[in-house]
Amino acid sequence: MSKPLLQVRDLSVVYGRRNAATHALSTVDLDVAVGGRLAVIGESGSGKTTLALALARLLPPEAVVEGSIAWPGLDRSPVGGRDIGYVFQDPGSSLNPVLTIGEQVSEGARRHLGLSRGAAKKRALELLERVRIPDPEAALRAYPHQFSGGQRQRIAIAAAIAANPLVLIADEPTSALDMVVQAGIVRLLDRLVRDEGMSLILITHDIALASGLADAIAVFRDGRLVETGPTPQLLSRPANAYTRMLINSHIDFTSPRLIEAG
Amino acid sequence: MHRALKLVRRRALSSIPVLLIVVTGTFFLLESATGDAVDAYLVSLGGGDAELARNLRETYGLDQSAWSRLWLYVSALARFDLGWSVAFNRPILDVILERLPNTLLLMGSATALAFLLGSLLGIVAGARPGSGVDRLLSVGSLALYAVPSFWLGLVLILLFAVQLRWFPTAGIESIASGKSGFDRAVDIARHLVLPVCALGFIYLALFLRMMRAGMAEIWRQDFVLAARAKGLARRRIVLRHIARNALLPLVTMLGLQAAAMLGGSVVIESVFAIPGFGRLAQEAVAARDAPLLMGIIVMSAILVILVNLLIDLAYAALDPRVGQGERRT
Repeated sequence: MSKPLLQVRDLSVVYGRRNAATHALSTVDLDVAVGGRLAVIGESGSGKTTLALALARLLPPEAVVEGSIAWPGLDRSPVGGRDIGYVFQDPGSSLNPVLTIGEQVSEGARRHLGLSRGAAKKRALELLERVRIPDPEAALRAYPHQFSGGQRQRIAIAAAIAANPLVLIADEPTSALDMVVQAGIVRLLDRLVRDEGMSLILITHDIALASGLADAIAVFRDGRLVETGPTPQLLSRPANAYTRMLINSHIDFTSPRLIEAG
Repeated sequence: MHRALKLVRRRALSSIPVLLIVVTGTFFLLESATGDAVDAYLVSLGGGDAELARNLRETYGLDQSAWSRLWLYVSALARFDLGWSVAFNRPILDVILERLPNTLLLMGSATALAFLLGSLLGIVAGARPGSGVDRLLSVGSLALYAVPSFWLGLVLILLFAVQLRWFPTAGIESIASGKSGFDRAVDIARHLVLPVCALGFIYLALFLRMMRAGMAEIWRQDFVLAARAKGLARRRIVLRHIARNALLPLVTMLGLQAAAMLGGSVVIESVFAIPGFGRLAQEAVAARDAPLLMGIIVMSAILVILVNLLIDLAYAALDPRVGQGERRT
């Protein structure tokens, strides 16, 4: 295997003061391959979002970080936006309500690619087309509240990939959306990552989503990495009891009814 | 701007009942006070008999019933006639229009100072919440806010006008200076420096604290994290993403403060002996000139309505979400 995109070694994150500290992550080791797609799954409070924020170096100042996050493929330290794109869970709050879509989509490109105002506008237009926003020319001048939840998430994705990052971190990108819209976003992520040759780190609690989109899965529980491996292997032969439980607790149309009619 | 036009039309219509309520309310409030302009006039004459009082009341229409006088007043108001001032023996509109520019100049300058400097310092404080600069500005603004404006005015006069002699002590311009054009403007500006500071500094503190608090709130928003994730320059995040949003409540505050500032200017105009609108109100009360006082109050109400309309237009321009819901109704 070639050099990985990033190597996480012995990573621990602690929030708060020493006497009331919470361990959000404990001694995590993890690799992401260049062009790889890693799904990080776990329940709420398992530390998966903390991992995503740590990778993007967006942790709040009161978080104490130990261990290392290395980027072997990069000869400098990574820059947010330039090397890492980040998509948040709720596009309703991750877009600024008073700035135009055009400005928000293009500002990353202007900053990192040094584009002029005109070139940045062209770039934004192209990005909005790529994420399939209807009438992208008009969308440039519109504001977030004029779009539906799914469209907003597409816009947020367009803004995240504006500067052609190496890796896209998507933190529960579909959790705030309804089922039909979710499928569209998943297809979009799949296509974008393939077309751009980006790596993807998908944070999710949805094992079905993870198995459909990722080629490797890392299972987290209580701030620890429980198990990691290639998707087919992990799903068919989970080594850990917790992973087995997660897989078994997944509900689909073949699952028995939770409440019997009666 | 289509949205703006609609807003103006709607506001113009809704301001009519507001004005009627103000007029009626004030009219009966003044009616319930004992004594009228004729009493005050007779006192200034040193006395008079009942015959003279009755004749005077007849002349000014003060002998009629309250309802018929209210009706006369409102119908005259509809023709932009505010009536006749007993104290000044001139049309009230002329008296008010003579005094209004001084107050507008004072209020406008004080508001501009308070808003611009206040929000600017608020951005400086809010850019790094909890930093030394932030703490210094927060404590300083609190101290400033706690000071009454008349006291601040007196201290400013003592220090800068009496001790240092940098600025004149009182008035709106040098009397009989014969200055005109630019020289006169400079003269008026020199006279305004101290009263504008006295009136503006207190509101400056208010705007500073609001801006700072708003920014501290917005720092925690997701879109700020998203802006940081994009790797934007801190300067851009603070100004474009945070301050831009924190500015919105300040604009609302500006409209609410317009009325308070009108009240505050009464005090400041007295301290600095500026022949303005606020002082006129004081003189009208002293002379028991009810029609003049009515005129002042009606004019104040119109002023506040106008300022708030301007504020709403500014808000609509600043916040794209405003006015969207109205289109559907």
